[in-house]
Amino acid sequence: MEKYLYIALFAPLVSSLFSALFTATPKKMFTGIVASLLIFSSLVSSFVLLMYILDGGEPVHVEMMTWMATGHLYIPFGFIVDQVSVTMMMVVTLVSTIVHIYSIGYMDHDKGFNRFFSWLSAFVFSMMVLVMSDNYAGLFIGWEGVGLCSWGLIGFWFHKEVATWAANEAFIMNRIADLGMLIGIFLVYWNTGTLQYDGAFAAFSTLDTATLTWIGIFLFIGAMGKSAQFPLHTWLADAMEGPTPVSALIHAATMVTAGVYLVVRSGELYDLIPNVGLFIASLGAFVALFAASMALVNRDMKRIIAYSTLSQLGYMFAAAGLGAYWVALFHLMAHAFFKALLFLGAGNVMHAMHDELDPFKMGGLKKVMRWTWIMMTIASLALAGIFPFAGFFSKDTILEAAFAEHHFVIYGVLLFTAGLTAFYSFRLVALIFHGEERYKIFGIHPHEAYRFMLIAMSPLLILAMIAGVFQVPFFEMVEEILNAHEYHIHSHTTLLIMLVGTQVFVALAILYAYKKYASWSSVPDGTSAIENSFVYKLLYNQYYIPYFYEEYIVKSYKEMSEVFWTKVDMKIVDATVDGIAGIIYGTGEKTRDMQSGNLSTMLKWMVAGLVGLLSLAVVFGLAARYSDEILSILSALGV
Amino acid sequence: MEIGLNHYLVLSTILFAIGLVGVMRRKNLLLLFFATEILLNSVNVAFAAISHYYGDLTGQMFAFFVIAIAASEVAVGLGLLIVWFKRHGSIDLDSLSSMKG
Repeated sequence: MEKYLYIALFAPLVSSLFSALFTATPKKMFTGIVASLLIFSSLVSSFVLLMYILDGGEPVHVEMMTWMATGHLYIPFGFIVDQVSVTMMMVVTLVSTIVHIYSIGYMDHDKGFNRFFSWLSAFVFSMMVLVMSDNYAGLFIGWEGVGLCSWGLIGFWFHKEVATWAANEAFIMNRIADLGMLIGIFLVYWNTGTLQYDGAFAAFSTLDTATLTWIGIFLFIGAMGKSAQFPLHTWLADAMEGPTPVSALIHAATMVTAGVYLVVRSGELYDLIPNVGLFIASLGAFVALFAASMALVNRDMKRIIAYSTLSQLGYMFAAAGLGAYWVALFHLMAHAFFKALLFLGAGNVMHAMHDELDPFKMGGLKKVMRWTWIMMTIASLALAGIFPFAGFFSKDTILEAAFAEHHFVIYGVLLFTAGLTAFYSFRLVALIFHGEERYKIFGIHPHEAYRFMLIAMSPLLILAMIAGVFQVPFFEMVEEILNAHEYHIHSHTTLLIMLVGTQVFVALAILYAYKKYASWSSVPDGTSAIENSFVYKLLYNQYYIPYFYEEYIVKSYKEMSEVFWTKVDMKIVDATVDGIAGIIYGTGEKTRDMQSGNLSTMLKWMVAGLVGLLSLAVVFGLAARYSDEILSILSALGV
Repeated sequence: MEIGLNHYLVLSTILFAIGLVGVMRRKNLLLLFFATEILLNSVNVAFAAISHYYGDLTGQMFAFFVIAIAASEVAVGLGLLIVWFKRHGSIDLDSLSSMKG
């Protein structure tokens, strides 16, 4: 089994390095094909491992080599494939295989074709390190690796200023959160003396609650950054500047869920500190509602999907915070499938519309893009949680968990958000695919995507439809490791009312969205009453949070930097360094006269040097011989 | 009065000082060679005297080495000096300043 573990882990690295060889050369089709094949081999290996674990095999644990060993610190490059990591490995490799194949078509005309695959595979490798590591240090390396690749891929079109800005924003926000995470990891090491998961978890039960709370909070700060939870959420929407396959893979299916993975992985820690768990759940529920509300009015197709990702991440955190780790992980998996599908469908639409992102400028695309329409509709149905698609099983279980744990406020917020989710998802579908063909005004001739791209997307389509059937096997698999239990609502009537009620509520939201937007005929120009209402403006401007950050944090930071630059850096640091250089330069300038070229003068200098060195030798010789006397004289003087 | 080690060392020091002054003051290249010879031979005197004092022949052997090296140095030096004189017609040190940086 170790062999499969190594293939699953290192095939993406080989793929990345291989593609990296051709980054400076024009597009080579084989880089895309080779990269896809290598990622596919990683998928096959992960699948073999999944089957092995499902058969009840022992978790595969390898220690590849020692990484750090100094004093009591011992950190190996260790990898573990257990029930949790194998789930993540399947999600990561499956979505990335599909995204790799899709990208061959999507990046077809791009100059950076080879470079794209190099970054994308590097991302997959980092993500695999993140999920497979058996200790916090390895997880952190993967964590930083995915951050770096995310930076490289958001800013992939670096000639666009917005793209580089968004890349830097994502990177810096993540850096802020990573500091918290690093402190958390240090605290773990400080208090338990190890960073291995098993060792640390075993030691947690002996620690006092205050320490555990701090560890939990700091680790969660890291998770908040990576999973773009409030208040570090602004980067995710801006990250949509990257190519769409990147959004599908990194900013929907895998990297942003790393925070959820961290909380699930550290479940034994959060079980001991239910207060922090409750905070996580509340924040999750808040973010779910908060992000969904911003998606209601946005006019950028990819941003709407990004907010919906944010909202679903909120659901996952709500579940994880309530201790329903398996539900969180299951929703993570189901969400990865339908959200990646939704993004890839959006990529098809973008291609057809020549990178137009405003759904109000589309309309009626179902005639030309039949398959994309079907795929995006089903993905949206799954996202909205309609029976029998994937989202129904995962999302309803979250609601049930909240209800069964008697957190009715969280339950209410999540239920309401489910309605909003359905509304904005179908607002998007209705605006893009139904109604009048508004794109004709802009002279665009849309076309369906390449056939192989659609075929590549089909596994996601199937999974978005049927992922619900995995619920029971998945539960049985992770039952032991995640200390999972099913959430039973005692009265069958209540359960039935809840299920049917949720379905009806969601279905009404969908119908309302269709009714309102399916026959839309004009492009809004900012004059209608609703566009000038306060709520619309508040939501459209993302609650003015980016503005607030810009105005109060970025600007003051910039001013502070200006002061430090002109006052501290130029006047003190630079002045010191320049001063030293000036002294050396001046001495050289003064003493160059010595080098007159006159042999007689040079001989005199030579003699002077000889005399100088001799006198030094005499002085030191005497000092060494009479050191005792000198010391006694000095001590007598009181030095 | 018996002549002891100190006398030799004083002689060697005096000779070395004379040589050093010669190296500093002389402007004629030929006389500069004389001055270096005095320097080297002052050291030879010290070597021989100390060797005798300790009853160890190493010092005297070293003196021979110095003599041999000095002889070859002067041979090369005089050769260069003659070439220089043929070219420039002067062996004044102040005229040898083509190495000015």
